[in-house]
Amino acid sequence: MTDDATPALEIHDLTVSYHRKPVLWGIDLAVAPGQLVGIIGPNGAGKSTLIKACMGLLPVAGGWTRVFGKPLRDTPGRVGYVPQRESVDWDFPVSVLDVVLMGRYGRLGIGRRPGKADREAARACLDKVQLLPFANRQISNLSGGQQQRVFLARALAQEADLYFMDEPFAGVDAATEAAIIAVLRELRSAGKTILVVHHDLPTARQYFDRLLLLNMNVVAFGPTEEVFTAELLQKTYGGRLTLLSEVAQALGAGTEGGGKA
Amino acid sequence: MSRRRPLLWLLGLLALAAPLAAASVNDLATGGGDGFWAQAARFVSLTDPSVRYALAGALLLGLSCGLLGGFIVVRKMALVGDALSHAVLPGVAAGFLWAGTKDPVAIFIGATIAGLIGTATVTAITSTTRLKEDTALGLVLTSYFALGVCLLTMIQRLPNGNQSGIGTFLFGQAAALGADDIQLMGVVTLVAVGVIVAGYKELLVTSFDPGFARSAGLPTALIHHTLMFLLAAAVVIALQAVGVVLVSAMLITPAAAAYLLTDRLHRLLMLAAGFGVLSGVVGAFGSFVGRGLPTGPLMVLAASAVFAGAFLFGPKHGVVARWWRQRCERGRTRRENALKAMFHMWEADNFGPEGVALADFAQRRRCTLEEIGRVVRELARHDFVTVDREMVYFTPAGRLRAGEIVRNHRLWELYLTESANIAPDHVHDDAERIEHVLGEATVRALERRLNYAKTDPHGKIIPSPRELHRAEADGLERPASGGGGPGRADKEGDAS
Repeated sequence: MTDDATPALEIHDLTVSYHRKPVLWGIDLAVAPGQLVGIIGPNGAGKSTLIKACMGLLPVAGGWTRVFGKPLRDTPGRVGYVPQRESVDWDFPVSVLDVVLMGRYGRLGIGRRPGKADREAARACLDKVQLLPFANRQISNLSGGQQQRVFLARALAQEADLYFMDEPFAGVDAATEAAIIAVLRELRSAGKTILVVHHDLPTARQYFDRLLLLNMNVVAFGPTEEVFTAELLQKTYGGRLTLLSEVAQALGAGTEGGGKA
Repeated sequence: MSRRRPLLWLLGLLALAAPLAAASVNDLATGGGDGFWAQAARFVSLTDPSVRYALAGALLLGLSCGLLGGFIVVRKMALVGDALSHAVLPGVAAGFLWAGTKDPVAIFIGATIAGLIGTATVTAITSTTRLKEDTALGLVLTSYFALGVCLLTMIQRLPNGNQSGIGTFLFGQAAALGADDIQLMGVVTLVAVGVIVAGYKELLVTSFDPGFARSAGLPTALIHHTLMFLLAAAVVIALQAVGVVLVSAMLITPAAAAYLLTDRLHRLLMLAAGFGVLSGVVGAFGSFVGRGLPTGPLMVLAASAVFAGAFLFGPKHGVVARWWRQRCERGRTRRENALKAMFHMWEADNFGPEGVALADFAQRRRCTLEEIGRVVRELARHDFVTVDREMVYFTPAGRLRAGEIVRNHRLWELYLTESANIAPDHVHDDAERIEHVLGEATVRALERRLNYAKTDPHGKIIPSPRELHRAEADGLERPASGGGGPGRADKEGDAS
């Protein structure tokens, strides 16, 4: 891979701690534009912490991140975010379309109302995740998978160049999983860069061009076929035996051949 | 909410312990001994300046508290509002001491600063210790309130302290409002409305998903602090009329009532503002016409009555509406089960001559003749059956509906055994529930999926839809009431 273009995301010596206990330390990473990257690692490895720190949602103890060569606050509107579904109250009094419109707020600026063009854009994004018929529903009247797709539609409405997604596949039905992966691939073909926190090893291998194996620091980062090895996975997951079988199965599931991403 | 209960107790104790200093509009009104109607007429005619001020004050505080309360409730910060309203009391005393008189602006500044220091204390406690927010709020609420009560008592012991009228801050006195108070209330309300209108979308997104808002580059901390400042200001301007002890109710109650009635934030805010204004005006009116009744508690009672109304009679989530829907549902299930039993008896008779004897019907349903009589009369009322000399006959509509229910039941049993691999003796109870809620589209899908099977897992014949619909085409429109198939929505949802 030639990385001579400005990386979409560059992280240098990033350290994040909760109550002075380090959760992530010495993270170095450079992600070239146009890649679909899966972040995998055991529970408590700091996967969500990493993407939150990249977006400035958590205080950083050391190091820096740059987005397209600039500090985050100098690149407004270029970063999109799909938080974990459980992070909000789904009884909140808003409609599906209202939530997707929130994706437009960042570029609108303070005090300006979303207009007709924004509404149209939000409807188009809802259509992409097959939720347009539910646009006027209150958000609690949706299934878990539909709620996850609402968040994805909101991120699409941001029209960002770099996306962070926190476990978008957690607890969704098969139809939603297929819809999400289709959208992710479409985004990648449009040259967007996407980092996805993922928890399922077998699908991680199918879905992502590159994998970031994370356990408090970077265990490995590279093309999926190079990084998805028993040795590295065991290093990431700390040799927990129950996982070994899962890894072995995942490795066996799609043997060599289809390697080129 | 169980977290709220200790604080409610605390409030109750405070209310008992404090001298009942609640004052009323009536004390300051001209004091004529007229009756209710004369007082009411004087209130409505607005000739009395104290009435005009009290009314204007009630309107303004209802509007600002209702609007801001909407955000407090959706942000789950109701207790913060409660703590804030108690934390302002030392600031009231400090403002009074600073100005030397009951100067609204000095008191406003002192109280707002005290309120913001109070919320900052909560943040300091939660972020530096292991204590959680509810404990921190309880600590701040009580300690600031205690300090405020002590300071106010000291002020009242000062020479000219008794004339200061500062005691009204505990329970509120709408009639004590003067022109300068109203001006201040107007300014604060105008600023609050302006900020909410201009920053609606920022307030919405930071309330719903603060992490996302921040990632999109919105200044969430600034928005939060602006809201807290407006909240403190709204509490302070409401203090004189409602009192420290109860002012948080004017934030929480109208908004909570509105939350039960709508599921869009902008409508919630408008409803909350409307309820706030209504409660304020009703409280001011009640206090004026009722002798010796305090303003603040009356406003809060009015707001609570609105909430009780929404809780009981809300069209969607209200207790009565829910009870009514369940009752309708139960009635429909009861009728459909009776129709189904009749169909079974007819089927057991090899679809021979129609008509079921009442006694046999009662035997089959395991009930008395009187009970079966009631059920049959109900069926007849819905035009499902006719009764002729102790015999019950299906109307065509009744036969159709009975056939549909039996078909639904057997289709569902077949579906469970064939597609979900459930043993045939396990499927009956589930089908008993599902048969009443299957819509026509789902039934069609089931039939397709089961290749238009003719018999259920127990070997019974599934009544054919074609015959059912021939019966329908033969002459009868379906009964309007009784909830037949077409009115029922199919459960949509994504594929499982």
